[in-house]
Amino acid sequence: MGMEIAFWILAALGVGSALAVVLNRDIFRAALFLVFCFFTIAGIYITIGADFLAGVQVLIYVGAISILIIFAIMLTRQTQRGSPSNRLPLPALVIGLAFLGAMVFIVLTTNWHVVTPLPEAGPTTGAIALELFDPESGFVLPFEIASVLLLAAAIGAIVLAREK
Amino acid sequence: MIGLEHFLILSAILFSIGIYGVLVKRNAIAILMSIEIMLNAVNIAMVAFSRYLALLTGQVFAIFIITVAAAEAAVGLAIVVAIYRSRRTVDVGEVDLMKW
Repeated sequence: MGMEIAFWILAALGVGSALAVVLNRDIFRAALFLVFCFFTIAGIYITIGADFLAGVQVLIYVGAISILIIFAIMLTRQTQRGSPSNRLPLPALVIGLAFLGAMVFIVLTTNWHVVTPLPEAGPTTGAIALELFDPESGFVLPFEIASVLLLAAAIGAIVLAREK
Repeated sequence: MIGLEHFLILSAILFSIGIYGVLVKRNAIAILMSIEIMLNAVNIAMVAFSRYLALLTGQVFAIFIITVAAAEAAVGLAIVVAIYRSRRTVDVGEVDLMKW
């Protein structure tokens, strides 16, 4: 019961702050709403029972990516000019609502083979590690490729953003 | 009782908000922020599937998505800063060097 109330509150706050991100004309405020949106999504992960991912969400999204975004806003110094919409808000709204309608229809009409009864939610960190590094069906090679990707992205970002 | 559909519809709502932001914003950083919302929406769907179908693979995929999103944010924002440095604007409508 408590988890349900938490879910509805977090979902409302998350959708509201996401709307504030796209509708706010002040880009710095939009960035702060984005940080709040990331926090509520970490809370949503907890209501699903994904404790490890909630921690990862706070560390990487709230901690790292929002700092990057705020740094980029500071460096490009367009806070005065704000972030106005272009001339196509209505077609974009139609496309977004059409996509939402299609997704809701698909979600509600598909038979999702949900496991019943639902297994007890426990600590997931060890289970994820076993799943990730299982020698038979694990993700060791994607894991190594992801580390190379992060190294390449870090070097690439430095090269791109460096003063010539 | 909260079911899988609740999480999937929440994910769809957040993704649609992200689509609207990507289509409507002029500021390149605002577009990147909308893309982050969309990636988070996908992650919610992944984690919900992993819980309700009792398969941890969904959470592993979510970790990879977060990794790629971090790389994307770093490179994307570096590109925006580089564009601002050379053209003094982050308005995607004014960055039209490669437009025919």
